[in-house]
Formats: sequence, structure tokens, C-alpha cells
Amino acid sequence: MPKTKDATVDIELPLLMEAIYRRYNYDFRSYSMASQKRRVLHALRQLNCASISELQARILHEPEFFSRLLQYLTIPTTEMFRDPEYFLALREKVVPFLKTYPSLKIWVAGCSTGEELYSLAIVLKEEGLLSRTLLYATDINPAVLEKARKGIFPSNRIRTYATNYRAAGGKYSFSDYFTAAYDAAILDRSLCENVTFADHSLATDNVFSETQFVSCRNVMIYFNHDLQERALRLFHESLCHRGFLGLGSKENIEFSEVGSLFEPLDKPWRIYRKK
Amino acid sequence: MSLQEFMNGRQHEMEAIVIGASAGGVSALLAILSPLPRNMRIPIIVVLHVAEDKQSKLAEVFAHNLAPPVVFAQDKAFVVPGTVYFAVPGYHLSIEKGRWFSLSREEPRYFSRPSIDYLMMSAADAYGSALLGILLTGASEDGAEGMACIASSGGFTVVQDPDEAEFSIMPQAAIDLFTPQQILSLQQIRTLVFLLETVNVG
Repeated sequence: MPKTKDATVDIELPLLMEAIYRRYNYDFRSYSMASQKRRVLHALRQLNCASISELQARILHEPEFFSRLLQYLTIPTTEMFRDPEYFLALREKVVPFLKTYPSLKIWVAGCSTGEELYSLAIVLKEEGLLSRTLLYATDINPAVLEKARKGIFPSNRIRTYATNYRAAGGKYSFSDYFTAAYDAAILDRSLCENVTFADHSLATDNVFSETQFVSCRNVMIYFNHDLQERALRLFHESLCHRGFLGLGSKENIEFSEVGSLFEPLDKPWRIYRKK
Repeated sequence: MSLQEFMNGRQHEMEAIVIGASAGGVSALLAILSPLPRNMRIPIIVVLHVAEDKQSKLAEVFAHNLAPPVVFAQDKAFVVPGTVYFAVPGYHLSIEKGRWFSLSREEPRYFSRPSIDYLMMSAADAYGSALLGILLTGASEDGAEGMACIASSGGFTVVQDPDEAEFSIMPQAAIDLFTPQQILSLQQIRTLVFLLETVNVG
């Protein structure tokens, strides 16, 4: 009966998350479970495991196998300047404040393969802020951090990115930021100079620096209420007085206690300010 | 038919309704939802496929035409009885076991995000046998697996009759995959939902 099989999955899934936490210190225990379950079941098929228990046994004993599973457990971001209106709102409503600081620290939390990070870097460059900004780009997945560090994107994506860039208030020719190499587009290295990449978990790590702006888009949608609360507390702690927080356009902090410590600056595009 | 006959006496168990619709779905949904009163009983959660790049006015359009509260399902919001929820375009919608919504940006399924399958599979986990799944017109195979999942979790499944659906592919795919409890006309589904939402099932 499928029902029995489902019941077994419900036992195995939290055990797998516990095993991952104890063995590798990656804490997926407070992630929203519906999508986590889909991803684990998808991984089972891709990694040729008959059951989650089998998967668990292998990841416990084979770190290399865990690295492969990790690629299925995290969701990569999709494009540069996604939601162009968000970046437009940043330019118009946040950048004028950022310009008043002699030096800036910005945290891109859950940076994945870097699309969001470099979109921000381009905005900062065009607004004359990049040279005095230090960008912290953090993620729990070393493989995506490595990809982000390289700044190489498939060239067939560039046209979409360029359309987004223009809609986001981009001032120049988007292709000027890339060098074409076969089917890849290599990002202008000057955009990466002030970026520090680091392994950091919103579930287990603490604040590492004071920042003026935190960008964390479409990351906390994968968290349950408690973990979202923890992440928001970290951001609140990291942000300077009246610092800025940018979230994904469908994210919702109304159901967290910490949410009340932020006020909306641009409600539709989820840009908040520390109260 | 009476509610008793529609649901073989299972009406007392139902705590939520999930509906999947694709091509032809707007008019089918309006037909089903427009008779509902302001104070209906259990929540209705809808995935309707629409183009992802359009800022959808879905909830607003339906809110204008329906009496019960109609909203987009927001990430981390708890499911409130008596409310009609729509999934936002561009995100998958799930219901967690604590009966709150979660959004995700996983890859589209059958070229669709939100996916009917994902909503239904998660709702089957959250509600078990207390769930009514309804699959309507559409030119996609999304929803078949989700409906089968509701059935195997003990929930109740109703598929629109492919012969009268504006697009038969979606309901037919479900019928090919498993045996739903009921295959009904739109008019019958409308009556069923109305009765389930209004009758005092005590």
C-alpha cells in the first residue's frame, strides 16, 4: 500500500535531516518539509538509492556522496536582475542613503551561484559606490560558492539578463560587463574585487560583521517559522542603525516576532528598514 | 444527488478542498466558486496555471466575483477556514503539516510553476483523509499524480468528466493513472462544493 510507504518516508525524512546535522553540521531540520521531501525523493532517483534509509547510510559513511546530495537539497537562483523593479527600487530608495556612508558593508546571504550578488555589484558600480563597498557573499553550499566566485555564466542566459538589466534602470550596455568565451560569458573581474565569499549558515552560524544592507532573497521561503525568526534576528543584529533589508517579492515576515523590528520602505518589493 | 450520495458518507471528514485547473480553468472555476456564500466552512486552495511572467491579478478578479474572502496564499501564512486561496504565479505552493503555506522556486513541473501536483501531494501529507481533491479542465498532465497521491492518502478525489471539460487532457490523464471516487460534470462539482461548504455536517 502506498500509504505505508508514505508513512515510512515520514519516519525516514527527519532521521536523514538529523543524520546530516550530526555528521556534517548542515541543519536542514528547520526547513519547510514539503519541498524538502520532494527534493530528497528526487535525489533518491538520481543517486540510485532504493530508500531514504539507504541514502542515509551512504551519506553517513561517504562524505563525497553527501556533497552530491547537498546539490539536490539547495535550490539554485535563476537569473540576474530577477524582479527588475526590485533593483529599480534599490536604486531609487536605498542607494541615496547608502551614498551618505563613507564606507559600506553589504551582506548577500544565501548568494547561491552569484546572480543576485553580481546584479547588486553592477548597481553599486553604476552608482559610484562599489569601490568603497565590501560585499560578503555567503552560502551553505561550497559548490555554489565556488561557481559564484568564478563569475562565469552560460551565454544563452545573457539576453534575458540584459532585458532585466534595462528594466532595472541599467545605465550602460549590459554586455560590457562580460567577456565572451565559447558558450560562456565571463564577468568583468572588477565586479568581484571587493567580494568576500564565505561558508555561512543562517541556521547554525552567528553574525560576523556590521552591515548597512542585507540582501536575502528567496532563501527564507525554504525555512520554517523558527528558522526564519533566527535568520531575521541575525540580520537585525548585523544591520547598523536604520540599515536596509531586501527580501524576495513574495516573502512574508509578518508571521515572525522579529518582523515588527523592521518597517517597510518599499512594500511591494519587500525592502525594509531596521526600526 | 445529495451530499451523502456524492461523497459516500465521507463529507463529515473533509477539512479542506484543493482544486487544480489549467486551460479553460478560469470559467470552470468561476462556475464552481461563484455560488459560494461569504461564510463558507472549509478552505479552498486553488492552483490555476497562468503565464509566469505576468503579474497576475487572479485573486483580485476572483475576489470581485466571489462572496468568500479570496487571497493569494502567502508564504508562512496559516490556512484559515472559509477562505479561497490562489497560488501566486512563479512559485510552487505547498501546504506544510502544521497547515501553513510554503512557497518554493524549484524548477517548473510540466512547464508550470505553480504545479498542481506539488500542491496536491503536500496537501495530501498535511490533511490525509480529510482532503477533497478536484481536477478540472486543462491541456497538461499536471495534477494526475497529485490526485493519485490524495487518493492513496485516503482523501476523496473528484475529476471533471473529460467529455465535457473544455480541455480533456488533464482530467483524462488523472483517470488513466488511477480511479477517482467520482467523475462529475462541472454542474455536479458546483453542487457538491456548494453543499460541502454550506451544509451543517456537524
